[in-house]
Amino acid sequence: MSRPLRRRWDWLLEQRWLLPGLLVAGLALSFAIPEYGLLNRYVQMVLMYVGINIILAVSLNLVNGFMGEFSLAHAGFMAVGAYTAALLTMRVLPVAEFPALFPVAVLAGGLAAALLGLVVAVPSFKVRGDYLAIITLAFLMIVKSVIENIDAVGGPRGIPGIGKLTTLPWVFFWAVAVVWLVRNFVYSRYGRGVLAVREDEIASELMSVHTRRVKFLAFTLSSFGAGVAGALFAHLLQFISPRVFDVIKTTDILIMVYLGGIASIGGSILGATLYTVLLEILRPSTVAALLSWLPAVVFDPLNEHFIRHLGVWRMVIMPLALVLVMLYWPRGIMGLREYRGFIPRLDREAHRRGDPQGGRRDGAAHRD
Amino acid sequence: MALLTATDVRHYFGGLCALAGFNLALEEGELMGLIGPNGAGKTTVFNLITGVYRASSGSIRFKDTELVGKTPHQITALRIGRTFQNIRLFRDLSVLDNVRIAHYARARYTPIEALLHLGRYRGEERRIVDDSRRLLSIFKLERLAGETAKNLPYGMQRRLEIARALAIGPELLLLDEPAAGMNPNEIDQLMDFIQWIRREFRLTILLIEHQMKLVMGICERIQVLDFGETLIEGPPEAIRSDPRVLEAYLGEAPVA
Ligand SMILES: Nc1ncnc2c1ncn2[C@@H]1O[C@H](COP(=O)(O)OP(=O)(O)OP(=O)(O)O)[C@@H](O)[C@H]1O
Ligand SMILES: [Mg+2]
Repeated sequence: MSRPLRRRWDWLLEQRWLLPGLLVAGLALSFAIPEYGLLNRYVQMVLMYVGINIILAVSLNLVNGFMGEFSLAHAGFMAVGAYTAALLTMRVLPVAEFPALFPVAVLAGGLAAALLGLVVAVPSFKVRGDYLAIITLAFLMIVKSVIENIDAVGGPRGIPGIGKLTTLPWVFFWAVAVVWLVRNFVYSRYGRGVLAVREDEIASELMSVHTRRVKFLAFTLSSFGAGVAGALFAHLLQFISPRVFDVIKTTDILIMVYLGGIASIGGSILGATLYTVLLEILRPSTVAALLSWLPAVVFDPLNEHFIRHLGVWRMVIMPLALVLVMLYWPRGIMGLREYRGFIPRLDREAHRRGDPQGGRRDGAAHRD
Repeated sequence: MALLTATDVRHYFGGLCALAGFNLALEEGELMGLIGPNGAGKTTVFNLITGVYRASSGSIRFKDTELVGKTPHQITALRIGRTFQNIRLFRDLSVLDNVRIAHYARARYTPIEALLHLGRYRGEERRIVDDSRRLLSIFKLERLAGETAKNLPYGMQRRLEIARALAIGPELLLLDEPAAGMNPNEIDQLMDFIQWIRREFRLTILLIEHQMKLVMGICERIQVLDFGETLIEGPPEAIRSDPRVLEAYLGEAPVA
């Protein structure tokens, strides 16, 4: 960017009205798009998946990025949220008469996942690193097989016919809510504690950080996010089964997190958006359309062996992509950096160099 | 009454006896040195006091509280701060955050207030920032508040470690080889500095050091450890002239 442009950009980012403005505009758009059909239904659906994936990535980043652990359980917590909310809207809450009850179901999904997160955290945080990864993987498998064995929730067949209650405004609302909560958590003593744990757990303890509590809180909040996303997901797809929440689902979320960058909320939003759009482009029909200009000699065998089986190939490509990103780009796009709008004013001013006032009183003293 | 008392503290690493009956009575306001050859058990003493390891037997009391069996964060919250022999900063975090993290136990707001950025959150965060900046300016680091800790030169990292230890609001400060890697000139400055923070923050200090110049120069009392046992304890003059100390250091004669 050229310098004047850069400066104008900086000026824009400094404005107090920017974030509220974007929020209001976003909310208005989320209502207007479906109302006036500004985008076709397919694009609307992709947008909703983007929102749900943002919730998933931002919340997982708390554990895998900010805390530096490697949890594989996210799809499991998502399943808990999805099943809880789906059962509530189908069997308990009269959502047909009162659609306004939907957020209650979503919240319940989030809380159920959070509660289970607390339970899983107990054994998980007795260990670190590889062992934690194994325990969370085991948990993911347990959730799946428990659901498969409960006939009341459809067993392996899952639950069809869930009401399509997830709408663009609701996705927008929940994405903003979860991002806001995670951001607030990150910029508090607990969030700094989580970062300290990633750096050096013993040193954190010796700087008075209650590392166990901090880890529990992070894990619980992270599970809450997964539960909320699961609830929205169930009422968008309108069908859930244990197979939907397998390790491949976790892998998807992991890629979003590591691609976007660890310990960065902005990064996760970026990662989730890029990855969701990329996956849409990589659907067999789209790829076939994109490559249809190739001569038939090349296209036909390619189509026969690869494009038409892209669904299966995903199981190979995605884990491979995850490994490659983690090995060669461990920090991702925005690793350990943050979009400035997310950083509280106090934090930004306190970090300013050479400011002996330490950013006293809302920057009035040093507006340049 | 002594501020910190250790009574017959023993510690084993597997079969290795790292500390065989350690005793200490540190008076409030005192500046005491802990010296001894490599592997004598000095750092182990710090790790036992701060709860990194749990003593195999014996008792360590701070004021009226038994420390053995407590977790490190509980002990630290009692206002015992420490630095590390090998610098252990939060390397990828900012200088300011290194100091802010150490305010954890003294910040008074709940997880709910943190999640919503409401209630006491704002006031407390403001206070933490102000306190941290003040500490950084004392250590001439305030211009580097936003710098990543690992990018600081070695000497500044050492200073930051002390600043961070002070951020927990300690009454007792444990310094593990604060002069390591410093030249004689820097050591002189460090000596003045330690004396100064001691007065300014009303500290009781226990320090480990190989640099005899520093130990002899500022400590009021010194205990010499060797192979996990106390060789001798007394004022610097007595230690300096004791033949047992020279013998213990055999080969690596102390720099007087
Ligand atoms: N975690 C540990 N596991 C096993 N042995 C240990 C451990 N920590 C220390 N030791 C051993 O305990 C003894 C005392 O170590 P300590 O670190 O207390 O020595 P020190 O007096 O601080 O030495 P230095 O001057 O080299 O720092 C040494 O023999 C050391 O090898
Ligand atoms: Mg040592």
